[in-house]
Amino acid sequence: MSSDLLAVEGLSVSFPGAGEERVRVVDRVTFSIAAGETLALVGESGCGKSMTALAVMRLIPKPGRIEPGCRITFEGRDLLSAPVPEMRAIRGARMAMIFQEPMTSLNPVVTVGAQVMEAIELHGLSAREARKRALELFAQVGIPDPASRLAAYPHQLSGGLKQRVMIAMAVAMRPRLVIADEPTTALDATIRAQILELLRELAANTGTAVLLITHDFGVVNEVADRVAVMYAGRIVEQGTRRELLGRPRHPYTQGLLRSIPRPEARGSRLEEIAGTVPRPGHWPSGCRFHPRCGHAFAPCAVEDPAPTQVSATQAACCHLVAREVAP
Amino acid sequence: MTVLSAEALLEVRGLRTWFPIRKGVLQRVVGHVRAVDGVDLTVYPGETLALVGESGCGKTTVGRSILQLVEPTGGGIWFRGVNIAGLSPEAFRAYRRQIQIVMQDPGAALDPRFSVRDCIAEGLDAFAIGAGEEERTERVAELMQSVSLDPATMWRYPHEFSGGQRQRISIARALAVDPSLLICDEATSALDVSIQAQILNLLADLQRKRNLTYLFITHDLGTVRYFATRVAVMYLGRIVETGPTERIFSSPRHPYTKALLASIPSLDPERRSTRPVALGDVPSPERPPPGCHYHPRCAVRLESCSRDDPPVVEFADGMSRCILSFQERQAPTAAA
Repeated sequence: MSSDLLAVEGLSVSFPGAGEERVRVVDRVTFSIAAGETLALVGESGCGKSMTALAVMRLIPKPGRIEPGCRITFEGRDLLSAPVPEMRAIRGARMAMIFQEPMTSLNPVVTVGAQVMEAIELHGLSAREARKRALELFAQVGIPDPASRLAAYPHQLSGGLKQRVMIAMAVAMRPRLVIADEPTTALDATIRAQILELLRELAANTGTAVLLITHDFGVVNEVADRVAVMYAGRIVEQGTRRELLGRPRHPYTQGLLRSIPRPEARGSRLEEIAGTVPRPGHWPSGCRFHPRCGHAFAPCAVEDPAPTQVSATQAACCHLVAREVAP
Repeated sequence: MTVLSAEALLEVRGLRTWFPIRKGVLQRVVGHVRAVDGVDLTVYPGETLALVGESGCGKTTVGRSILQLVEPTGGGIWFRGVNIAGLSPEAFRAYRRQIQIVMQDPGAALDPRFSVRDCIAEGLDAFAIGAGEEERTERVAELMQSVSLDPATMWRYPHEFSGGQRQRISIARALAVDPSLLICDEATSALDVSIQAQILNLLADLQRKRNLTYLFITHDLGTVRYFATRVAVMYLGRIVETGPTERIFSSPRHPYTKALLASIPSLDPERRSTRPVALGDVPSPERPPPGCHYHPRCAVRLESCSRDDPPVVEFADGMSRCILSFQERQAPTAAA
């Protein structure tokens, strides 16, 4: 759709394997984000969600690479053919990233104020304007006593405050898209609640779209508009937040949601998903979930399931769903 | 006076574990991090007591103090009625066998140079359990089966296993010496959701089969609500509330417990639930605030909270360390 802010089509990312051939970590992933929308990309470790986010920023670490034949369109521009200087100008100004570990993303020997101001000056503001903007930003992300906090070094700030600094840097140039990779995973419960509220407010007040990478369905429910579930390099189900959390159709999504310890389940056994997540390079044939799926039948081991549309907004890649929906 | 409960398996009274802060060339002690600052806990046989709190609250140090992995500064730890806090390492050994620990990161807890067989058998060797190598190997095979691992893989090395499998190895290793109390320190926190469910089910099965008692240290309230019999909530070195799990979650008394519960994200798509209730950040345990440690973040604090230590208020179903709980308990009597 042309109204999409970001459209990712058939994205594959690969790394060199042990032998000659390359191993895919992301495999033909397609999704889009409308302006102002928050899409959560959910999955367990190694499913390829973080690599998908890095690919959108064109920050895949070498020797990894984006496979030929995919398209990433952002604000109507083809990102994969954009020259490096243009890409650099887009990053930070038009799209920005928040990482899980604020400690490793901030320079420990430079004050946080200088780091935020540097990010602003890079995009053409004077030092004075940058300082003014940094103060505004610190206040906006709820950092108490912003003026003195500008002069603080990262180690002098708590985890929650560091994450607020990261968010301030990310939104400094009023980007249209913020990619947040597990932004609350390293934070304590009471601080996580504060940061989730901040992310919600920012998205609502500034109209910034968010691509949220997470493994936590609780976080998804708090901030996402739409959800895409990834398993073994592929998106297996997409839909609105209500659809995916209320009526998940893919057995993997269903299994994930049922395996979360809930109060109603007290005293009964948790539903397990048997086995373990297959590693890249060891993905099973057909539907990659079939060896762990309780509903697998003949075609699952052979045929890669195509997405089946179950509503205008929800689709699942599952042979069982396809059979149920077929007239 | 310390009143000990006759039926308790483990009783912790007034436990203090302070770490010295040293500065300068002479490494003079300039202060203390009061990681654990007067903690009382009672663990009954066969139950799961969850010790919950945010990072830096001292919950891990409580576990490590019980195991004498760090030396407590003061207080007592009674295990089956014997104070084990002051025991010499030799005298403690007999108790060390009965109290085992499973930690968060199974990768770091298992020696990468040991085969799985040797990782699990280490405790058997240390306590001279089983006559000879062969019998120990047999015992390792049984242990591996009890945690659903294939004994045929016992000669492999930990790195060849997934995170969930490594946590099973850690559990088998802890169970090898047949402990009665298992301290699980964030034992499921680093695992993916689908694997976490497997490990929680395994822990529940083992508890039933072996009549194990768990001290379950975690920050994950969802798991606590599902898994624990009773809950102790810790904040900056002190226990602020205890009680049966259902009561804690349905009608918490301490403002910090209320804030923690309000921060649990809901999974109900018709309801978004988290409200940031606690203000600001957790202060450093190096300089805990005066009075009630929670007062700078508390939305319902009174003037006296910044000055006076909060009273320990006992109810029939648990304890709350808060002046408001004191007033709550007084209220019905005053009305009568």
